[in-house]
Amino acid sequence: MPELLIELLSEEIPARMQPRAADDLGRLMTEGLAAEGLTHGPVRAFVTPRRLALVVEGLAPRSPDRVEERRGPRTDAPEAAIAGFLRATGVAREALEVRPDRRGEVFYAVLRRPGRPAAEIVAEVLERVIRGFPWPKAMRWGEGSLRWVRPLRRILCLIADGGAAQVVPLTIDGIAAGDLTEGHRFMAPEPIRVTGPADYRERLAAAHVLLDPAERAARIEAGTRAAAAARGLVPVEDRALLTEVAGLVEWPVVLAGTIPPDFLELPPEVLRTSMREHQKFFSLMNPSTGRIEGFVTIANRETADGGAAILAGNARVLAARLTDARFFWENDLRTVREKGLEGMARALDGVTFHARLGSQGDRIRRIEALARRIAPQVGAPTDLAAEAARVAKADLASQMVYEFPELQGIMGRYYARAAGLPEAVAEACAEHYRPLGAEDAPPTAPVSVAVALADKIDMLTGFWSIGEKPTGSGDPFALRRAALGVIRILLEGGHRLALAPLFGQVARDLLAFFHDRLKVHLRGQGIRHDVIDACLASPGNDDLVLLVARVRALQDFLSTEDGANLLAGWRRAASIVAAEERKDGVEYSFDPDPAFAEEPAERALFATLSEAQGRIDAALAAEDFAAAMAAMAALRAPIDAFFDQVLVNAENPVVRRNRLCLLHRVRSVMGRVADFARIEGS
Amino acid sequence: MSAPRSFQEIILRLQDYWARQGCAILQPYDMEVGAGTFHPATTLRALGPRPWAAAYVQPSRRPTDGRYGDNPNRLQHYYQYQVLIKPSPPDLQELYLGSLGAIGIDMALHDIRFVEDDWESPTLGAWGLGWEVWCDGMEISQFTYFQQVGGHDCHPVSGELTYGLERLAMYVLGVDHVMDMPFNDPAAPIALSYGDVFRQAEREYSRWNFHVADTGMLLRHFEDAEAECRRILEQPQTDPATGRRIVMAHPAYDQCIKASHIFNLLDARGVISPTERQAYIARVRALARACADAFLATEAGQGAGEG
Repeated sequence: MPELLIELLSEEIPARMQPRAADDLGRLMTEGLAAEGLTHGPVRAFVTPRRLALVVEGLAPRSPDRVEERRGPRTDAPEAAIAGFLRATGVAREALEVRPDRRGEVFYAVLRRPGRPAAEIVAEVLERVIRGFPWPKAMRWGEGSLRWVRPLRRILCLIADGGAAQVVPLTIDGIAAGDLTEGHRFMAPEPIRVTGPADYRERLAAAHVLLDPAERAARIEAGTRAAAAARGLVPVEDRALLTEVAGLVEWPVVLAGTIPPDFLELPPEVLRTSMREHQKFFSLMNPSTGRIEGFVTIANRETADGGAAILAGNARVLAARLTDARFFWENDLRTVREKGLEGMARALDGVTFHARLGSQGDRIRRIEALARRIAPQVGAPTDLAAEAARVAKADLASQMVYEFPELQGIMGRYYARAAGLPEAVAEACAEHYRPLGAEDAPPTAPVSVAVALADKIDMLTGFWSIGEKPTGSGDPFALRRAALGVIRILLEGGHRLALAPLFGQVARDLLAFFHDRLKVHLRGQGIRHDVIDACLASPGNDDLVLLVARVRALQDFLSTEDGANLLAGWRRAASIVAAEERKDGVEYSFDPDPAFAEEPAERALFATLSEAQGRIDAALAAEDFAAAMAAMAALRAPIDAFFDQVLVNAENPVVRRNRLCLLHRVRSVMGRVADFARIEGS
Repeated sequence: MSAPRSFQEIILRLQDYWARQGCAILQPYDMEVGAGTFHPATTLRALGPRPWAAAYVQPSRRPTDGRYGDNPNRLQHYYQYQVLIKPSPPDLQELYLGSLGAIGIDMALHDIRFVEDDWESPTLGAWGLGWEVWCDGMEISQFTYFQQVGGHDCHPVSGELTYGLERLAMYVLGVDHVMDMPFNDPAAPIALSYGDVFRQAEREYSRWNFHVADTGMLLRHFEDAEAECRRILEQPQTDPATGRRIVMAHPAYDQCIKASHIFNLLDARGVISPTERQAYIARVRALARACADAFLATEAGQGAGEG
């Protein structure tokens, strides 16, 4: 079967866009070919810094012939209607078929669409894909109008069948497709003619281009590990950096070096961050001390001197960078020793947090006030939490964090220790930003928890108060993440806390936002959003730990046979009461009187309800939701029996009214546990 | 190509190389600017349909980067080498690499990389896509395809190359402190280092930029430049003195450049809060846009047939 090979050779594609671009090329070509009915086998896309490539195996030589039938007007329809049908289908009148219909005869046009050769279809689809390619950012160049991520230089597009290769005829913006590619920019820049996918990969490899990003990453990883081992070190795992670096080189060459001793006293995070952010170096760690003692840089070529000049150049840049870093570190330590961490934080009074929310200093004072209120509720000493709140953001005024914003918190911990502050305070400096993402754990130390909650709640209430809420399209202040952080800290730590008083003026709206985020968060754990809704009407819904305990107990109960039947009974009771209330125009919400109970099943329900109500109320008061559900389960049999044996709409109006009020009471007793009207499904 | 021996030899070789590629070798613009991009030969000439090819050295000032001449690679006054070619030729990357060869970088021994770096100048209302060019992990140039300048889409697109000359030269010459770099030939009868030429001035300007510059006066000058720019552009297109149509885009743009530099000085004096900062940048950008509009109304800014 023929194989299709496409390569789009351009100037350097940003590393961060490469994986997505390869996926998009594969997806869009596959969709395009499918829409034209051209079948094929497996599809693989590849990407390097200079090329996007696609291999399609088992490409059909042609698309199949297709027959399409269109029903037209009746044979006795006005001439204009028939003429319109002929125009729309492009079929001659004498070619129309006449077929009988229920009430006469109808014209049919039978359109035979012959299949088309693969090359023609590929050319059309590829042009469409190139012109509409979803780059996150595209550009024009020269005098052209085509948009691509960077200037597009060559298009290779051919269909290979056995030994023969056919170039797909295609010209876009002056670039004609051919069977030529180029090797490595420096090591093999000459054009290379290729005859098919396998030939292409081999010739590229010989021209110092590894086409497959996974292969480049594997080579980098293995080389880095070996270079580290040779020095008695281990590489610091960094998948994101590995992917990025694999997108910066076509021919990875691993070069390892040593950190000069003058810089070894810098915190390992500083060394790592500086090397990673500025130079894309991998860090090599001494496994016994945790210190970063070496680095690996990935060059894009081999050289006659075995990379000596490249390594020396990189080492010089590193030394300059680390000199800067050490300068910041020493300056910051001097500031902290002279003025204390609170002294460092004072500079934040002059830094605007948000035009309408004051300075960073104002924000710190708000966080401190919140932390004081939260501390006793999460088991943290109030004074310690307040102190931690005052210094937790101090490192934002440090030179190191100005240079490396991602070190916020981490530097704070070092500087707090240097200032001789209690360890719980130092930890809070680093921990109060957590959880940093879905994979990151929330803080657990009480002081850290107090400051983390205060920090996030201040963000949320602040932006809420100025109407800067997240919208469907944007969340520039990452408020969803802040709310999720609060939710996870509370739930995972089991912290009992009423949020509404902390939210102040915006409590109502912000709490609704929290409940929405809670539903999203718990969905992953199989908790139904309607069960959450059913519990929101109960008191204490701003205490998320309590709310979730209630929700879990209810969902567990609903999944039992008792629960499902009781829900059915509740629905029956509710719908009868509602229907009769509508009909009679009254509310059956009086207390029913057992004196009017005539049937044994009716009397039994009275008795069980009184008892269940007592047990439910006691269980709820004790926050024992499992017990409340068990108490409710006792209602199931009497309710079932009631509906089996008692006619609600009795002839005696007093008895009827009493029975409707009894059903209303079933609803209200169960309503103490949850709002069952919110539960979805039948 | 043999290795160059001084800072000025690197400049001379770049001049020679780009002259051989057909660029007009211009001289620095005679005003204080923050980067070579501000030269009207780049900002204004990137606009409109007429082809253009120019290269020049531009002394550039960044008052906040002053370190009294002590820091090995930070200066408040430094040089950029700037190339602008419109439309961007298809082999601009190869031409650029040729220039590295011309200043003695042996591409067979070094690792040259094009690493994503999108350029944006909020004050010029300009942006483009391109890379920073790395040599052995060191950033030695910016390479940009202009997409918009002064709020106008660039069509055709210009290719812009900017070399940070001191940093590049330090790398090529193997010098660790900028002040130690040979400025002229080290074997010359009077050999001068970069420090001999600039250390004194760096010290003086650092003091003036950070502590002495009269902020009240600077604020007034900012207002003056802004008002004059506006006033120039409000003049009727037909000159009453000569009866000719003369749109004064360049004099107006000078005032825009002036306002931009004064803003940088005020920033170095620490009298501009983060909120005000945005407002000042927006004011300069508004001037740059107005100047770009005006340039497109000049003969030089229009197509050959329209001029």
